[in-house]
Amino acid sequence: MDVHINQQVLSDLREVMEDGYLQLLETFLEDSERRLNQLHKARDADELGMAAHSFKGSSSNMGAVGLAALCQQLEERVRQQPLYGIEDLINRIDQEYLVVQRYYRSERQRVSAQ
Amino acid sequence: MPAEQALTVLVAEDGAADRLLLAQIVRRQGHEVFTAENGEQAVAMFIERRPQLVLLDALMPVMDGFEAARRIKALAGEALVPIIFLTSLNEEEGLVRCLEAGGDDFMAKPYSAVILAAKIRAMDRLRRLHATVLEQRDQITRHHHHLLNEQRVAKAVFDKVAHSGCLKAANIRYLQSPYALFNGDLLLAAFTPSGDMHVLLGDFTGHGLPAAVGAMPLAEVFYGMTAKGYGLAETLREMNAKLKRILPVDMFCCALLLSLSFQRGTVEVWNGGMPDGYRLSAEGEVLGMLCSHHLPLGVLAPEQFDDATQVLPLAVGERLFLLSDGVVDTGDAQERLFGVDRLRDVLADNRNPDLLFDEVMQALAVFGGQSRDDISLCDIRMSAPEELAPQPVVYSDSGRSSPLDWSLRFELRGQSLRRFNPVPYLVQLLQEIHGLRPSSGRLHSVLSELYSNALEHGVLAMDSRLKRDAQGFAQYYRQRAERLMHEVGGFVSIGLQVEPRGAGGRLMIEVRDSGAGFDVARELARTPEQQAFSGRGMGLVQRLAGQARWLEGGRLAQVDFEW
Repeated sequence: MDVHINQQVLSDLREVMEDGYLQLLETFLEDSERRLNQLHKARDADELGMAAHSFKGSSSNMGAVGLAALCQQLEERVRQQPLYGIEDLINRIDQEYLVVQRYYRSERQRVSAQ
Repeated sequence: MPAEQALTVLVAEDGAADRLLLAQIVRRQGHEVFTAENGEQAVAMFIERRPQLVLLDALMPVMDGFEAARRIKALAGEALVPIIFLTSLNEEEGLVRCLEAGGDDFMAKPYSAVILAAKIRAMDRLRRLHATVLEQRDQITRHHHHLLNEQRVAKAVFDKVAHSGCLKAANIRYLQSPYALFNGDLLLAAFTPSGDMHVLLGDFTGHGLPAAVGAMPLAEVFYGMTAKGYGLAETLREMNAKLKRILPVDMFCCALLLSLSFQRGTVEVWNGGMPDGYRLSAEGEVLGMLCSHHLPLGVLAPEQFDDATQVLPLAVGERLFLLSDGVVDTGDAQERLFGVDRLRDVLADNRNPDLLFDEVMQALAVFGGQSRDDISLCDIRMSAPEELAPQPVVYSDSGRSSPLDWSLRFELRGQSLRRFNPVPYLVQLLQEIHGLRPSSGRLHSVLSELYSNALEHGVLAMDSRLKRDAQGFAQYYRQRAERLMHEVGGFVSIGLQVEPRGAGGRLMIEVRDSGAGFDVARELARTPEQQAFSGRGMGLVQRLAGQARWLEGGRLAQVDFEW
């Protein structure tokens, strides 16, 4: 799991957020849907870069290190025209997000059951 | 992690999860948090809540962090509201943009609670320091205004004191920088009862109010004693003693004192520590210098003080040019001084006396670039006696009592001849006679003349023929001082007799001395031109008194005044 999620960050978050941890997980999941949407709907390199930049920031805060690294690759990649082959990178972000999503959903379940 | 000091913090971040996390981190550190989702909301929130610190995401929709930072800094005005940019921007360009927009620090994602707490503490220290600096600056400004106001009030008072004399007389021109008094410069002028003019140019040590306070007592002594008819020596002694008594040790007053006698065409000078004054011909040629031979006023104890003055001839139209050290000590960018040589060049180049001050000031401006506020210039022209309007004398009594039938004899010997000047006392006594009041100026002149003749030519056996030229004058007065230093034998006796005559009365003055006398007939036969300065003042006495006789081989002078 370590390539996807940094457990240390997650345990720090649990401590910092206290009762707000569950809400943080939910907010991140909602927010990420919006970011992915932005990635797919971006009309130019700038919009794509912005979305990748924001997604990178929030994933890194949440300890989703694999996702953050892919977003950074995308952010750097959009600065170099032409953009062919970039769909492949976006697909990899989609795949990585599915893993992250699954993990945080189970985490949400676990916390709300407590 | 409790905060040392709870702050109000604005968190502006467009990512909902990041915003939630950051707000929680800051709140857990004990601060109060407001949140915003974009730059526009952040600015609105800043206006509404006036937070003390702002955490601002650089890239946000609607209005980005850079623009929001600029607006918040503008709204904050002078107060320091630290802005920490939240960014995962790595490129140098982005970080530079943050700083240029007014950011004070950065914070990279992922957020670290420990680093953020340290940064907030550091920014809070900066904020407080800034607030302290502003507060102290405002305090200094208030003090400064207060001080300026005090100076304005003090200046108004000092100006009244300093300008209550006769600086406006037709033969005086002067220029003082507006706050010269607050740099210790003082210029005073007043007429004596006999119509002589006393002028003082002084320069107190130090600056500001402390330098100016000494001016009050000094002016008081100057005006008081001049009005009562005291000579320079007595006035100087009193001024020195007073300043010595009241001023702290490190404070004293350089001073140049003049007494211009329009009747005799002479000037008496005492210079203690002032720059050389200049004696100029009517055409502006330098005839001589008025150099400092003494320590400033307020330095020596009364016993050590030297009141020896210098008397010089000064013909009608000739001028005296006085200046304060602000003139010669004006420095240029290389800290070279303007100096005496440059001043003499200006004097030499001057063609029109009316333009002299302008030329001096212009030369200073060209030399130094910036003007000093302690510049005093004074130009005094010797006038003919009739040229200056007589000064109205104000009497303080009601004008009723008027003793009319009395006599007295006053005899001075030994020590008293050295220092004591009886003339002011006698003139004051005679002012009780109302009929004589219109003549008090003439009375003063005549008594002074008769007394100094009796002392100098009678008791001290001085030869008046010495006073033919400037060198002769110097020699004459040096000799006078020397002879006074030694045991003085003999006496001068002054007799006054007042008797009523019909509605008016008559004053008879007798001045007798113990000297060898002189050939009265021969002396009286000389023309005024021949007499010039060496005529024992007989022409002057006759001109002023009308009835004057010299008896007992010149040892007794008699003068009558009638009213």
